Amino acid sequence: QEAAKYEKKVMVLDFVTPTPLGNSWGLGGTCVNVGCIPKKLMHQAALLGQALQDSRKFGWQFTEEVQHNWMTMTESVQNYIGSLNWGYRVALREKKVTYENAYGEFVGPHTVKATNRRGVEKLYTAERFLIATGERPRYLGIPGDKEYCISSDDLFSLPYCPGKTLVVGASYVALECAGFLAGLGLDVTVMVRSILLRGFDQDMANKIGEYMEEHGINFIREFVPIKVEQIEEGTPGRLKVVAKSTTGNQIIEGEYNTVLLAIGRDACTRKIGLDKVGVKINEKTGKIPVNDEEQTNVPYIYAVGDILEDKLELTPVAIQAGRLLAQRLYAGATSKCDYVNVPTTVFTPLEYGVCGYSEETAVEKFGEENIEVYHSHFWPLEWTVPSRDNNKCYAKIICNIQDNERVIGFHVLGPNAGEVTQGFAAAIKCGLTKEQLDSTLGIHPVCAEV
Amino acid sequence: GKNDYDLLVIGGGSGGLACAKEAAQFGRKVAVLDYVEPSPQGTKWGLGGTCVNVGCIPKKLMHQSALLGSALKDAPHYGWNIAQPVHHTWSVMAQAVQNYVKSLNWGHRVQLQDKKVKYFNMKGSFSDPHTICGLTKAGKEIFVTAENIVIATGGRPKYPTHIAGALEYGITSDDLFWLKESPGKTPLVYYSFISHLYEIIVHISLTDASQDVSLECAGFLTGIGLDTTVMMRSIPLRGFDQQMAFLVTEHMESYGTKFLKRCFPTKVEQLESKRLQVTWKNTDLGTEETESFDTVMWAVGRAPDTETLNLEAVGVKTNSETGKIIVDASEATSVPHIYAVGDITEGRPELTPTAIAAGKLLAQRLFGQSSELMDYDNVPTTVFTPLEYGCVGLSEEAAVQCYGSDNIEVYHAYYKPLEFTVAERDATQCYMKMVCLREREQRILGLHFIGPNAGEVIQGFALGIKCGATYPQLMKTIGIHPTCAEEITKLHITKRSGLDATVTGC
Repeated sequence: QEAAKYEKKVMVLDFVTPTPLGNSWGLGGTCVNVGCIPKKLMHQAALLGQALQDSRKFGWQFTEEVQHNWMTMTESVQNYIGSLNWGYRVALREKKVTYENAYGEFVGPHTVKATNRRGVEKLYTAERFLIATGERPRYLGIPGDKEYCISSDDLFSLPYCPGKTLVVGASYVALECAGFLAGLGLDVTVMVRSILLRGFDQDMANKIGEYMEEHGINFIREFVPIKVEQIEEGTPGRLKVVAKSTTGNQIIEGEYNTVLLAIGRDACTRKIGLDKVGVKINEKTGKIPVNDEEQTNVPYIYAVGDILEDKLELTPVAIQAGRLLAQRLYAGATSKCDYVNVPTTVFTPLEYGVCGYSEETAVEKFGEENIEVYHSHFWPLEWTVPSRDNNKCYAKIICNIQDNERVIGFHVLGPNAGEVTQGFAAAIKCGLTKEQLDSTLGIHPVCAEV
Repeated sequence: GKNDYDLLVIGGGSGGLACAKEAAQFGRKVAVLDYVEPSPQGTKWGLGGTCVNVGCIPKKLMHQSALLGSALKDAPHYGWNIAQPVHHTWSVMAQAVQNYVKSLNWGHRVQLQDKKVKYFNMKGSFSDPHTICGLTKAGKEIFVTAENIVIATGGRPKYPTHIAGALEYGITSDDLFWLKESPGKTPLVYYSFISHLYEIIVHISLTDASQDVSLECAGFLTGIGLDTTVMMRSIPLRGFDQQMAFLVTEHMESYGTKFLKRCFPTKVEQLESKRLQVTWKNTDLGTEETESFDTVMWAVGRAPDTETLNLEAVGVKTNSETGKIIVDASEATSVPHIYAVGDITEGRPELTPTAIAAGKLLAQRLFGQSSELMDYDNVPTTVFTPLEYGCVGLSEEAAVQCYGSDNIEVYHAYYKPLEFTVAERDATQCYMKMVCLREREQRILGLHFIGPNAGEVIQGFALGIKCGATYPQLMKTIGIHPTCAEEITKLHITKRSGLDATVTGC
């Protein structure tokens, strides 16, 4: 869209290869269809469930039995997504960007072949190309995984309630899904191979896990599934999962209605003809290394988003990178995407907002003696009346003593963590120090003032 | 020394307690006098001051009750089956809130004890520059001397005593939070918020400095299902950015609160049924009208109770119009060893965090060899109306006045919170704007945000503004998705351009 602003002739090829179970979706990519948007909406549904419980303590009265209807929620969510798909089609049209619902792959220099759903092929040439094909969920490679398991690609449009669910994985996708499924009243188990939220501050990751466990989510630690069998067909059916310990020979079995795999995502770079044009990828991960201007090793081919090597897999990062790239190419701008201090939030039942270094990484980079960690538990005012946990919400900032106690890491665990973290990220961008933090007055009474 | 205490604090509210506790940290002998004169309706409360007892805390909790009412309306869209009808019971909410406040009163008592601060539940007044007379409820007098004295007695709601029946029949925020029964009698509240039996009128006058409290009260009363009307003589939220103030009240109107604009009451009478009849003048139409209500609540401003302090006897100067104590940048009054912090001081924002910070810094300067003064610039705040409004820095009007409209740029956007989509909620007033200097660096002068969780959104940005944040720096900050706050980092349409400022899509 940005490039089109500068009167360039732009085309977008978008195609969704159906999931093993046959699921597909419209224009907009992962975030809109099977990521951020439906995730946050279902997280909201779960939060509303909690709000219903709280509201009784605040004087609201209604029947004891409150049930959740999966279909009602999913239909609402899908309708909204549909409106977004439509909105994108309209926006592209208005900006005169040619859109084709076709699978694109390189066939030679400056040339791409587009194959639509019916198998009709067309060739297109362009001066420049941008690869932004993102990723898809990884499967375990065990018997029964593709036949019987679902992934986040399927979950948000599942036409029946998943029932008793086993979530395999400890990524934020796994924990967020497990979190809202439990919040909707389902029996949820999370099977974790080793640690939670690899790459995130482990102190915070463990607190998130603890909170989820205390709120009814079962965790099976240090096990991996080795086989999934179908006991009974149905919507949902019944599945038997056999798992093996990672630390010994122990084998366990469990029965679930649904098995959701959330063990990672793989870049969609293997089958788009990159070898035909010489674009180098990391053979192991499939990711594309680029320079700080998002350029691949082939000068006229660029890449943005989840497929980039060593970059964050986040929507706002992809958007920013894409926009700035177009501005550099066509509007004479020089700004590069700033990948430092990118804030993010994990929308688990107890939300986690973060910007900057984890404690471990800070210690590693600067040395323990050169960093200071300030921390505090807090009790959101809204949790007092309904007597919700009074020592679970937590915030910590990590400061670099050698640099004027500059804030290099911000972590908060609590309600609306995303809203709280956003402004702090801006402040960190401005070089926030501990002293400035101390001298800024809090808004009262909000969680962020802690 | 010859004095009983190093520091005596009169007033056990946000400012007073913060100052006392901080001073005690330095090993000083500190005492706090706190006393609550009952309201005309007889309401009183424990240690902690306005914020804890009749301000921020109960207000936010009742606001939360109202928000939960909205959540109950959203929930069915998200798949939750809730059988109709849904009721709200005032007494359940009030008791829960009051119990929590009492636990805070207790907590403060314990804290003072732990920190070895002596606490007197007595009404203090000056006997001489270093002597305070403490009067107990029973009428017993004691005299206490101190080297340094801090006055932190705050303010109390004003009554429009020139209006017949105002004092007799009206309540204020002092009473509202402690009502055991609904201000609208025994409520039977329905989703659609229509219940003519329980009507409340909240009157705001033009001089109201605590108007935000009154709009907040009207907001949550509406939210829990009570038929609420706000009567105001002129503009709402005076002193706040007026465009934002308009959006806030516009939302309240669509939310169900009734407004009687440009009207002022002339008398309040009690009917046989015990309901109250209010007579008012409509300045637009030049007519006089009447209507009956269950409760009339005054929110016409707050004033300090300086008369009973006997300040003239020791020469502490006050502003003759407001009654507030005049202080300099170091919180000192006209008498060298007498200081004042919090709502009682002239020209300061009436906010808890500023009182706390000022109190702490004062103690640090008196006893901790610090010279740091309180910075009252860029104090963030939030109005907890049904659709919250958070802001920091200058309003657009103030910026224009200060720098001239040619020298400022206003970036703005209308957005829709993701959570409103499925819930089919109206986001017409969800809006944000950033006022910046136009010259090269584009420093941010003010940030304004209307939407859910406004306080949480604004807090971090206030920090940024403290660091001298500029528009380019904010644009370099990547957003967190999906949140409302991220829209701030994406502001790019200026008012000057005249372009449509509605956010579209991702």
